[in-house]
Amino acid sequence: MIVTSIQNPDLDDDSLVENVELELLLQAVYLKYGYDFREYSRAHIKRRVLHYIANKRLPNISSLQHELLIEKKCFDELLQELSINVTEMFRGPGFYKSIREKVAGLLKTYPYIKIWHAGCSTGEEVYSMAILLKEEGLYDRTQIYATDFNPRVVKSAREATFPLKYIKEYTSNYQKSGGQESFSDYYRATNSSVIFDRSLTKNMVFAEHNLVTDRVFAEVNMIISRNVLIYFNRHLQNKVLSLFDESLSTGGFLGLGNKETISFSDIAPKYKIIDAREKIYKKSHE
Amino acid sequence: MNSVPAYQAVVIGASSGGLHALKKMLPAIPRDFPCPILIVQHISPVSENYLTVILDKVSQINIKEADEKEPILAGTAYVAPPDYHLLVEADKTLSFSVEDKVNYSRPSIDVLFQTAADAYNEHLVGILLTGANADGSEGMSYIKKRGGFTIVQDPADAESPVMPKTAIMQQEPDMILTLDGIIEQLLKPGFIFPEKKSHQ
Ligand SMILES: C[S@@+](CC[C@H](N)C(=O)[O-])C[C@H]1O[C@@H](n2cnc3c(N)ncnc32)[C@H](O)[C@@H]1O
Repeated sequence: MIVTSIQNPDLDDDSLVENVELELLLQAVYLKYGYDFREYSRAHIKRRVLHYIANKRLPNISSLQHELLIEKKCFDELLQELSINVTEMFRGPGFYKSIREKVAGLLKTYPYIKIWHAGCSTGEEVYSMAILLKEEGLYDRTQIYATDFNPRVVKSAREATFPLKYIKEYTSNYQKSGGQESFSDYYRATNSSVIFDRSLTKNMVFAEHNLVTDRVFAEVNMIISRNVLIYFNRHLQNKVLSLFDESLSTGGFLGLGNKETISFSDIAPKYKIIDAREKIYKKSHE
Repeated sequence: MNSVPAYQAVVIGASSGGLHALKKMLPAIPRDFPCPILIVQHISPVSENYLTVILDKVSQINIKEADEKEPILAGTAYVAPPDYHLLVEADKTLSFSVEDKVNYSRPSIDVLFQTAADAYNEHLVGILLTGANADGSEGMSYIKKRGGFTIVQDPADAESPVMPKTAIMQQEPDMILTLDGIIEQLLKPGFIFPEKKSHQ
């Protein structure tokens, strides 16, 4: 139990009680459902839980606990609240540009490429990468694993369908990322959504995988995990980065979100910086 | 008892007109300011870190864009990066989230203020400046609820009065001051700075 973190002598009683209630709730979630949020950024988790109980009109965190333990549905809802699924296609176009310019050339020397998108949310990032790889002539020899711990987003990612209303923004991101083709060639538009082409989905496998509690499932040449580590505390970040390291073959690439870094982790000495700003690293030795 | 300062951190929220206000306020803060300052200024998601660069150039205290899980230190002002919410953890480190916009904003003032209030409780000073939306009001109320001290810029003195007005309507702040008044208050002995000791 991580009790020290909540025993802050400055705390007034209300917030101490709230922190204890939250600790117990996370413990209960872990014991009952196996999802381990205990080492997530606590400020974030607390905000989301308070938001959830406010919506449910519950007076405090403890009053959620019993329902949560007996109603799976209640946990499913809470999981949606805790897993932040905000994403876009070609989010942070500079990242993709850098992959095109600094990584694709090296990937071309590989006979076969395996890529893992960890924390892929509803898949926008995965389809973006597939487009990039296709344009670089790499997609046909690539296998993409895309995973997330939230079953709902994994299911949605598989469907290759995205709301039409964002497509203008995505097209602009695509162009900023160095895309030269006509973006609309990659999808079919209906009234309210766009459906991406089968030629993009054919080498994708989507699966549920929890970075905190599950193990490595494959050896891969590139791992993309952007804006996932920000939700973990330093200790858990380090643990998950070691998991990535275990999965990456020597010479493989790691791409993180632009506020994330490996510099404080145990794996840092093994990695070379490919792009400091876009947080792209290369595993230089075992 | 006078060795324990009453306040351990200052949070500042600003929206439209905020750059001017911050450019006036931050240079007035001396290098030995005994608290950290945490700032959310609403800003376009694609802007570079120019806000930090501009402010740092004109200020004596160190002004930097917040880093992930960075420890919060006195005498430094941390600015929320574009397109991320900035949160304060109980162990006084900074963290980020990319969750949906709150009050149409990312970074959101409410997110910073609420998490800072949870981390610092009554040892927090919240300052809400000029702006044309309703962000920050919830956060200011929350700071009050946790026992902290709240100052709102006088709407008549603000480039955009809506944000301060909204906050004042929701919850009466401890002080309503002009920008100059806020600066004066921050420098007043016995507030953030310790009471002047008479040298023997
Ligand atoms: C903000 S989204 C990032 C989506 C995408 N990578 C991007 O950058 O646009 C964070 C994702 O991480 C997932 N996530 C959080 N904790 C996880 C865990 N322990 N294991 C796997 N995925 C996790 C969430 O469900 C969410 O979809």
